[in-house]
Amino acid sequence: MSERRYSVGIDLGTTNCALSFIRPDQEEADEIVTEMMPVAQLTAPGTVEERPLLPSFLYLTHPDEFSPSDLSLPWNARVSYITGELARARGITTPIRLVSSAKSWLCHPGVDRRAAILPPEAPAEIGQVSPLQASIRYLEHLRDAWNHRHPDAPLQNQDVVLTVPASFDPAARELTAEAARESGLENLVLLEEPQAAFYSWIQSSRSGWRMQIKVGELILVVDVGGGTTDLSLIAVTECEGAVELHRIAVGNHILLGGDNMDLALAHLLKAKMVGQGTIDLWQLQALTHGCRAAKEALLSDPDLKTFPVVVPSRGSKLIGKTLHAELTRDEVEQTIIEGFFPLVDVTALPATRARTALTRVGLPYAQDPGIIRHLAAFLTRQAGAAGDLAGFREAGTSAGFLRPSAVLFNGGVFKARILGERTLEALNSWLQAAGSPKARLLEGVDLDMAVSRGAAYYGRVRRGRGVRIRGGAARSFYIGIESAMPAVPGIEPPVQALCIAPFGMEEGTEADLPPQILGLVVGEPVRFRFFGSAVRRADVVGYTLESWKPDELEELENVEATLPADGHQPGEIVPVRLRARLTELGTLTLEALPLSGPDHWAVEFNVRGS
Amino acid sequence: MPSFFARISLAFKLFFRVLLDPEFAARATRLETGVPVPTERPGAPPPLFKEAQPDAALQLLGLLQQEGRFVDFLEEDLTGVTDSDIGAAARVVYQGCRKTVRDHFKIVPIRTEQEGSRITLQEGFDAASIRLAGNVIGKPPYNGSLIHRGWRVSEVALPKVAPGHDIRVLAAAEVEL
Repeated sequence: MSERRYSVGIDLGTTNCALSFIRPDQEEADEIVTEMMPVAQLTAPGTVEERPLLPSFLYLTHPDEFSPSDLSLPWNARVSYITGELARARGITTPIRLVSSAKSWLCHPGVDRRAAILPPEAPAEIGQVSPLQASIRYLEHLRDAWNHRHPDAPLQNQDVVLTVPASFDPAARELTAEAARESGLENLVLLEEPQAAFYSWIQSSRSGWRMQIKVGELILVVDVGGGTTDLSLIAVTECEGAVELHRIAVGNHILLGGDNMDLALAHLLKAKMVGQGTIDLWQLQALTHGCRAAKEALLSDPDLKTFPVVVPSRGSKLIGKTLHAELTRDEVEQTIIEGFFPLVDVTALPATRARTALTRVGLPYAQDPGIIRHLAAFLTRQAGAAGDLAGFREAGTSAGFLRPSAVLFNGGVFKARILGERTLEALNSWLQAAGSPKARLLEGVDLDMAVSRGAAYYGRVRRGRGVRIRGGAARSFYIGIESAMPAVPGIEPPVQALCIAPFGMEEGTEADLPPQILGLVVGEPVRFRFFGSAVRRADVVGYTLESWKPDELEELENVEATLPADGHQPGEIVPVRLRARLTELGTLTLEALPLSGPDHWAVEFNVRGS
Repeated sequence: MPSFFARISLAFKLFFRVLLDPEFAARATRLETGVPVPTERPGAPPPLFKEAQPDAALQLLGLLQQEGRFVDFLEEDLTGVTDSDIGAAARVVYQGCRKTVRDHFKIVPIRTEQEGSRITLQEGFDAASIRLAGNVIGKPPYNGSLIHRGWRVSEVALPKVAPGHDIRVLAAAEVEL
């Protein structure tokens, strides 16, 4: 690696993408500067503008919709799809052609992520795309925009860190890595978004972070993006006099974010405007935008009692056709603060609704909008997460929940400072009741760009400059094995869970081989059920669970192995053992190894839905 | 390079002009000896006014319409319309146009002093950015009170337009199928 490379961080978000970078000449600098790449994109037909973010929207155009020249980009004369701002704008009036939230679909275990299923329920004439393809389109756009600006340093040759939610399961991580490979990004690693936000905080504090956090501290990262809420805990420990950071726990995947809040307010105002005329989808979108501005204004200025929201008509008449309503402070406080940030007890559990058998295939949105309830459930679930860290101040078990000493907020939602304060207030009330000191707020991250900035910074940390958060796998993993018992009608044979990858397995390492031997049928796909656990930290490879509590193990997508027939008779049963490996890149791979011989076969995640 | 015959023709022309025009002969001497010809200034030539390119203006108009419904608003007939109806529409225009202008221009005040305060203009001040009014006599330094602080655009970032894009379409007609 003689050539000096940029360190590039890409935040491939649910609603927005961002790209930050560190120049090669910053390699030796003490105070490094991360820069943000403005992303050139279509903002109107025939109009290309640079914007800080690339909205993660893909619009599949109709041939009669645009004149030929109106879709050209500086690097591509003619495209049949639009990404970014214009895609979002067009999709409001023609939603059947708009792909949105591709990232949430990418980790939806109920659908085939390689199948052309987006936009869902699009008419047959529209050539749908897969969640994977949509992700590739966004990455290609960022790649081309970069290469257009840096013709001498193509992105393919730079070190790229791509962020994923901490809650992403192995299959979703693998799909993200696949999207990056398809976009030609070779020198790639994955990084969890809350960790990226924390790296960004470290970088923005310059060298001051060592003064602000101490050994024995536990830092909670709350990352509320447009569409997802992602939680992580980072412990500060000491090893031979040096400070070490450990990411010790991550939360579940929660599809709940700032967009939900703005939409809740929009529906509230829509009800108020009911006498003024009908509101179509376009106007609801305009209303949602207006509500976001009104929310931010009302939540940041305590003297403001009301904020006007206006929605123009789609026609050219403005006067008399413009809908008008006022959002009041009470309404915002009721809807946002009480609805999304309720002051609840730490024992409160998020409400879940039993799933009905025949639901339309859609995204598994969070059933409970109470972000603070999700936070309470996370800290309770992870009560034991710090217990096995040597020299740690105190375990969480005595209080029944894990007690952080500092909090870092990330995501546009927290631009309304009161929402962060409210979260801290809830957390501190729990801490106080447990007799613990209050948690502090860590400040100074750029709420929109922290993830991509932190990712770029991490690229430099990987080259050995700066402190690294030790993380590894945030779960232990298990293969489901049906126990041998006589078939009883109506009763499913009990399943045992065989641990094949321990908790905290580090990148670039292989797990031990479990002693258990499985039989694979040559030439036929063999499927195993696959589980992950964010709480069982002590299980070693080969350990078998006979039974488990419902929230202890989470069933993930099946894994599937197909043994090629060469060298074997079709139908022959080959005894194998399964080995897990966490790649440098950050993805989990599984291999089937026969008891003898040098062969090994890949075991794939079944991302085709179940 | 002129051809041989063109050069013969030129040589004859110059021969007669050198003979008949003493002023021309003096310039020819300087040309022949290699001394540079001093440029003459028989009064400054009339300035060349340039036509402002309509593209940027059309583009801005389109942007203001797109975000702020600017053209829609100006095309409305306001006679007999109540102020409260105008107010609701004006908010749409205000919010959208303000965003457009802020996104594409960085506008800074020319003078940072409070309006109404006394300021002094030294000799050599920029008459293009500061307009004198009222009792305009004498020589600098001038003392006066700041009526309007002035605005100047310090940065412009207009979108790029694709070749072949019809910029005269400020807002496409919309047909819902």
